[in-house]
Formats: sequence, structure tokens, C-alpha cells
Amino acid sequence: MMELILGRLALVLILLATAGLTVFIVSQNKVAYRWSYWVLLAGFVCLTLQIFYQYSAIGVAPVLTLKSALSFFAWTILGVYLLFHLKFKLMVLGSFIAPLAACLLIISSAIPETEVTVKPIFRSLWLTVHVSTSFVGNAMFALTFVAGVMYLIQERQIKKKKLGSMYSRLPSLATLDSINHHSLIWGFPFLTVGMITGAIYAQVALGSYWRWDPKEVWSLITWLFYAALLHERLAVGWRGRKAALMAIIGFAVLTFTFVGASLWLSDYHSFRNLGGWSDS
Amino acid sequence: MIHIVDIGMNHETAPVELRECLARNPKDAETALAWMRDQACIKEGLFLSTCNRVEALFITEREGEAESSMVELLSRLGGMPAATFSPHLFTYRGREAVRHVFRVASSLDSMVVGEPQILGQIKEAYSRATREKTAGTILNRLMHRAFHAAKRVRTETGICDAAVSISYAAVELAKKIFYDLGGKKVLLVGAGEMAELAARNLLSHGVSSIVVANRTFDRAVELASVFQGEPFAFEEIGSLLTEVDIVITSTASPGYVITSEQVKKSFRKRRNSPLFFIDIAVPRDVDPRVNDLENAYVYDIDDLTGVTRANMAQRAEEALKGERIVEEEVIKFEKWLNTLAVVPTIVSLKDKAESIRLTEIRRSLGSLGTLSSRQMEGLETLTLSIVEKILNDPIVFLKRKSERPQAAAYLDFARRLFNLDRENGEEEENGHSRDDKEGQGSS
Repeated sequence: MMELILGRLALVLILLATAGLTVFIVSQNKVAYRWSYWVLLAGFVCLTLQIFYQYSAIGVAPVLTLKSALSFFAWTILGVYLLFHLKFKLMVLGSFIAPLAACLLIISSAIPETEVTVKPIFRSLWLTVHVSTSFVGNAMFALTFVAGVMYLIQERQIKKKKLGSMYSRLPSLATLDSINHHSLIWGFPFLTVGMITGAIYAQVALGSYWRWDPKEVWSLITWLFYAALLHERLAVGWRGRKAALMAIIGFAVLTFTFVGASLWLSDYHSFRNLGGWSDS
Repeated sequence: MIHIVDIGMNHETAPVELRECLARNPKDAETALAWMRDQACIKEGLFLSTCNRVEALFITEREGEAESSMVELLSRLGGMPAATFSPHLFTYRGREAVRHVFRVASSLDSMVVGEPQILGQIKEAYSRATREKTAGTILNRLMHRAFHAAKRVRTETGICDAAVSISYAAVELAKKIFYDLGGKKVLLVGAGEMAELAARNLLSHGVSSIVVANRTFDRAVELASVFQGEPFAFEEIGSLLTEVDIVITSTASPGYVITSEQVKKSFRKRRNSPLFFIDIAVPRDVDPRVNDLENAYVYDIDDLTGVTRANMAQRAEEALKGERIVEEEVIKFEKWLNTLAVVPTIVSLKDKAESIRLTEIRRSLGSLGTLSSRQMEGLETLTLSIVEKILNDPIVFLKRKSERPQAAAYLDFARRLFNLDRENGEEEENGHSRDDKEGQGSS
């Protein structure tokens, strides 16, 4: 019950913050931003408590159903955003991130609650590490994606010399590229650790490191994609538009891996198999 | 009947590509003035060619003929048929022309309203016309009044000191590209007031160093010392592109100084870090295709106006005040122009003499004691005939000259000689030095 209330509260607060941040980006009203920021923070705290509650109830990161996985993803995205906020102090980023998180939470709340039967093999530290690092990595890449979209909008305005209403609202190209860069170089190790711990867990629980499960394959493709992007950025000196575009494509691949592969393709990674999907 | 006509194109009527064609050769101004001198239908002329405008101002008695001759001149200068550019031409006549000249001098017609350069450019065009002896009575007066109007607009409105300017817009853009200008390096190619202003603005926003390249190395050294930067030869621009972040170009070169290939090559070495080009020159110095390269942003003078347009709205009020001042000055000038006909001049000459005669009689009557009516009559006749005899020759002279081409000059001279415009406080020897005393003329 407590869990449900916290979840609803978090959703309402984050929706409120999204509305406030939208008002902020339209009107450039700093007061709207300040309130929205605190409301968002409160929503994040509620979500954190809910997830902690769920964790203590089932003994594993709450990602066994699509419903809880989406809300967990929203939580990591917000967490990563708040961390980046400490470094970049970029108010307008919130106006892009909050709607994304709100979206995930709305989808999550629309999915009916299902009974979760936690198989004993899920109660493993490896699994928790695997899940949380993968999700943090994904959240970082979500930020890369958002910064990429912002970069493309801003770059287009400057390039075409049509400085519209977003010109003054969006940050500089250098800032956006830097967010893109930082979230990529931080997200990549997380994803890597997530994949390694996943393999270790698979060895411990299922007896083999790699089983060519579609989700595994797609994760590997995603990982290779980001590895290539990272390499181009660091070694070749890619930046700007090209890097932003690649970050957006990368996130599309990642989203497919996260949702598509889990729902339709996967074998043991699917929510059905995780015990959180009802066929009714 | 004389007419004042102004034909030309500016940033509003013609695109930069077209203006470039007409501003290609620095010698054009001399050519134009020589042409005007040779045309019988043009009595006085002035040719103004800047980044943003090419215009010919002239005084004529045969409007149609003079106008088509000027279009022909422009077509020769641009090396293209009149049909290609004539839709972009404006033509102002009479009062409209006067107003236009005043507005241009006051920087109300500028791309960036209030930019200070235009007055200097107009003064230079005028002194060239004086040198080439194409400026006469009317043009002299017109230009001096224009300088006066410009001065009033500058001091009585806030147009000029507002921060908005092309260089300001450039700094804003640089910040949107680089965020922090600290540690960024600027390359200044060529010289010019506007370019130096932009460079100075960037420096005050944290740009760390400036390098200067110029065709004449001496000038580069000179400029570099102003900005405490490093001078380079023109040929080194290619290699400089690999290490700078912002490039300001403002050379008089007819072709592109920075090519697309050059920039493309530099990007490999600079690991794609963005390059921002501010091209103030007309004709343009940076190949527009550079803007198509990834991470390169090229803003020429027209683009920068587009950027400043929003801010210009805030200055509309001040500009309105400026327009009012211009209007006042136009009316004053017209009044003067109308007096430049023979009849009004003779009338005011006679009026002046008559008022002197009456004053002097009144003054002398006291010391003459009581006079009989016959004596009074004699005094009247005496003074009247003196005045008449003195004025006879000048009046005959003016009437005889009124059909001559230099009539305006004689009339103007006569008005000055007899100080006929005194009551308006409008007499003028030199527009520059007399401006301050305007309006306080004794009566």
C-alpha cells in the first residue's frame, strides 16, 4: 500500500515539475524553475523511497516487470540528471529530462499490476549490480540523447541563421557537446560493468557466461555502437552535429534493446520469463 | 528649376551579392565623380560607396536625362546591364532626397541604426567631391546641413550609445557557440573600424589573444601592437586557421580570402573544434560555402543584421526622435533652397535695405531738429535714391545671371554678401565649426 502511495505521489510531483519546467522554458521565469526544481527533487525522493521499499520487499532491484523496470529507469534518469545538474547547472536541461521521466512513469503506471514471483536465483548481488549499472549506463545515454537533440536544434538555428525562440533558451553548442561527451564517457563504463556482471551472474545462476540470447546480442550491438562513438570522439575527434546524431541513433538502438528485445525477442531476459508478465 | 536627386541601393533594397558587384573597385568613386563632371545635365554630384550602400547624389535641372545617365554609370561600374540591378534601385527626388541624405548621415538608414561609421564615410565622400570639384553651392550646403543633423541626432537621442551593434551581435553568437570565450583565440584579417570594434568587444568578453594578418605586414604589426597580439603575414592564414577559434575578416580584397578548401583542411588538424567566421567585408572575404562545413559558422554582414533586428525594436523609440530631428532639418534646408531663386533674393535684398533706411532716418531725426514737410520729403527722396542706386547694379547682375548654370552660386553668394539669411541664424561659412552656434543667431 505504502509503495503504491509513494509511486502515485512521485508521479504527481514529477508531472507538476514537468509542467513547471515547461512554463519555465516558455516564459523564462526563474521562479517557475526554482519551484519546479524542488518539486522534481521531492518527486525523486518519493520515487527513491518507493524503489527502496520494493527492493526490500523482493530482495532484488525492482526490474522484473516492465512496469517496475520503466519506473526504475525513470528514477535512474532523474538521478543522473540531478548529478549532472551539480556540474553543469543547466536549468534548461530539466525541461527536456523531466518530460522524458514523466513519460516513462505514465507508461509504467498505465501497465496493470501483476503478481511477481521472485525466483530464488534472482536473489543475487551480481544481479543487483548488473541491473543497477546497466540502468545507470542507460540513463547516462538518455542524457546523451537529450543533449544531442538539444544540440541539433541549437546548431540548426545558428547554421541557418534563423535565431528563433529556442536560440536564447538553449545553452551554447559547447555546453551541449560537453554534456554529450561527459554522459557518454561516464555511461560507457557503466554499461560495460553492467554487461560483465551480467555475464558473471549468468555463469553463477545458469552455468554459462554467454547464451546468445537476443537481448544479449542486442546489448552487445548497443555496446559496440557506443564503443565506436566513444572511439571516434576520443581518438578521431568527432564532435558537434555528427556526434549528436550518433548519440540519438545510439539511444534508438538502446531503446529497442531495452523494450523491444525484452518484450518480443528475448528468451530468459523477457519479462514473461522474469515472472512479471501475465498472459491474461 | 533645380532638382536634388539621389539614386542608389542599400542593404534594404539590394542583396549583398549585388552590392558587392558595385563596390568592387576602390577607384570607382573617382570614376563616378569624373563621369558626373562630364555630364552636362549634372551640375553637382557626390558618390557614396560603403559596405552597405552605393548611391549617387546629384543636382540637376534635367531630371530624366540625369537619372538615366546615372543608371548607365552604375551599369558600367558593376559591369552588368541595368536591367539586372534596376529593380533594386531607389530614387529619391527633391525633399525626399534631402531627407534621405540626412537620414543616412544620421545613421538612421544604417543596417545597424546608430552605427558611428557612416558619418565618417559620408564626410570622406564629400571631401572627395570637393577635391574633384563636383560639389557646388547646393551640395555644400546640403552636406553641411546633413552633418549638422547627424550631430544633433547623435547628441539628442540615445541611438548611438545603445550597446546593440553588429559587433555586439557577433559576441552574443560567439558565446552561443563557445559558451566561454576565455582561452579562445581570435584572428583578425584586414583592418577596419568595424572589425577592430568587434575584436575589442570579444577581448572585453574574455578572449585571451588576438593574432593579426594583413596584406601589408607593417599594418599588421601596427594593429597587433594595439591589441597586444601577434602579427602574421597574409600567406600564413592557412596555418593560423588550425589554431584560432574566431576569425574576423574585413579586407578590401575583391575575391575570397578564406576558401572552403582551406577551412576544410584545417578542421582535420584542429580536431573539428568549431570555427566562427565574422565576415564584415563587402565584397565578402569568406567563401559562403564554408558555412556548409561541419562545425564552421559563417556570418556575413547581412546575417548579423538579421540577428540584431530583434534588438533594434527596442531602439525604435529613439529612432523616432531621430526622425523628428531630421524632419526639422529638412524643413530648414528647404526654406533655404527656396530662397535660391532670383525674385525672393531681390525682394529680401530690397527689404533689408528699406529696413536699414528707415532705422537710420529714425536715428538721425533726433539730431536734425524739427524739419519742415518739404525737408522731410527731400530726406526721403535722398535716402531712397541712395539705396536704389547702390542696389541697382547687384539686382541687374543677379537678374542677368539668373539664366546661367551657376545661378545658385551667385544667389547664394549674394545672400551671404548681404547677409540676407541672418534673421534665421542660418548663415554659414563652415558646417563643421558653426554647428554649435546654430539657433542662437542674433537678430
